[in-house]
Amino acid sequence: MNSRAGAARQAGTALLWAALLLAPYWLPWVGGYTALGARVLVLGLAAMSLNFLLGFTGVVSFGHAAYFGLGAYGAGLTLKLLAHSTPLALFFGTLAGGIAGALLGALIVHLRGVYFAMVTIAFGQVFYYIAFRWNSLTGGDDGLRGFARQPLHFAGYAIDILNNGHAFYYFVLVCFAVTVGVMALILRSPLGRTMLAIRENERRARFLGIPVERHIWVAFTLSCFFTSLAGALYAMVNNFADPMGLHWSLSGDLVIMAVMGGMRSFWGPLVGAAVFVVVQDFLSSITTNWMSFVGLLIVLVVLFFPRGLLGLAQRRGEA
Amino acid sequence: MNVLEIRNATKRFGSLVALRNVALSVPAGELRAIIGPNGAGKTTLFNLVSGFFAPSAGSVLFAGRDVTALAAHQRVALGMARTFQITEIFPELTVFENVRIAAEVAAGYRLRPRLGRSERAEVCRRVEQTLELAGLAAKAKRLAGELAHGDQRVAEIAMALALKPRLLLLDEPTAGMGEQETQEITRLIRRLRAAGELTIVLIEHDMRVVFHLADRITVLCYGELLAEGTPQEIAANEAVQEAYLGKAA
Repeated sequence: MNSRAGAARQAGTALLWAALLLAPYWLPWVGGYTALGARVLVLGLAAMSLNFLLGFTGVVSFGHAAYFGLGAYGAGLTLKLLAHSTPLALFFGTLAGGIAGALLGALIVHLRGVYFAMVTIAFGQVFYYIAFRWNSLTGGDDGLRGFARQPLHFAGYAIDILNNGHAFYYFVLVCFAVTVGVMALILRSPLGRTMLAIRENERRARFLGIPVERHIWVAFTLSCFFTSLAGALYAMVNNFADPMGLHWSLSGDLVIMAVMGGMRSFWGPLVGAAVFVVVQDFLSSITTNWMSFVGLLIVLVVLFFPRGLLGLAQRRGEA
Repeated sequence: MNVLEIRNATKRFGSLVALRNVALSVPAGELRAIIGPNGAGKTTLFNLVSGFFAPSAGSVLFAGRDVTALAAHQRVALGMARTFQITEIFPELTVFENVRIAAEVAAGYRLRPRLGRSERAEVCRRVEQTLELAGLAAKAKRLAGELAHGDQRVAEIAMALALKPRLLLLDEPTAGMGEQETQEITRLIRRLRAAGELTIVLIEHDMRVVFHLADRITVLCYGELLAEGTPQEIAANEAVQEAYLGKAA
């Protein structure tokens, strides 16, 4: 059973990478466009980063938009005020959200379950209101504008990711691939296995000699770094950062993507993000009530495929 | 030398006194059984020793060192491992992975984001040895949650063993087991003793297992130390017969 399921999984992963690599070429054929692909990648990365904590450590955060938004504002402000450099913007954006996550995480890792979730929401809203109110720096309700991603320079070559949509998509794909590669490596390491241990049975983990709070903090901090990298990329998709990127409703959206796609599978949240973004893109052009259709979809998934869309596909593959 | 020493430990939960002034010493290499009627404070004693909670008064010494103020994971790092009365495993991971997590923690790798080839091979060898010893090698790839109850109990012991402990605390290892499974566990515990200088403290209700395995027996009753001695002495002790064995008859 193991070898066949393993082969099916490898084939699935290869197919997924092929689809991502060729997305700019097949998306127009199905009514999509390259920028939509970039949005899926960025939100998928954020959902996978959240799921690093939610699905693989068993800790529920409802405030990950805070780190996503800090990444976005960090990148935007870097481009606007500090340096016209895309790599530096990514670096400082990731650092902003990651460090905030590390500091706040240290304060809350002793909380469990709904208490942890509520405090993460509260922290997230703090950042939302700061961005909303601090007009002079953040542009307030209108969002942060007046910056643009910059061409990349490699040893004399310039790659124009600003005006060339395809180039930008592949830039996002490279960032995505590196980050999920790091995630996958960690999940297969001793550190990753202690996270699974905490998810599976916290008491057993503790009495196997794992300092549970410290390991949850490490997982939370890593998750925040990954999420804020996604946020920094998000600011570059539209050359825009808005307070809604910090709002708790986005935190909820990320949880929905992870649950809908399948929390227990590595790629599930990406699938969830793809469905979410495409449904949003398609329905919001038809009706302003698109969210109620998304809601219906979530209810159906949770009722009929409790392991998520990808969880269902994998179960079929193993049977 | 005493691997475990408990000095005048008292544990109160509100107005309930679960343990009152209990003193206990277990020398290296001994297998000590702790018996007593339900509610005697046996598991409370284990929780004090393993760091689940702190005593209200008194202290716990491990290999001569006062560990009363140490957290559970720090006591594990010093060489103390325990199992639980209700099986605590990682149900959605394989038996191999369950034991590997313990082996990696024991090797000091728990925060490592990657392992070298030789380190990984060493851990795997350690896991395979432990599974072999526990008789679970054939079930290594099964999900722990899908094993029969008896095998889950053994898997939990295997996880504790992978920590390479000096002191192993077993809380009713045969709880809920049939005749044959009980015999297998008994044989496993005897093998563990033969393999090294492991000190074992065992809480057990099955008197055949206790009298079969124990070097010495400690009897608790209503949170107090009632008697302590060799199996023969305990069997002949009138207070024990009255409070414990007599009650069963």
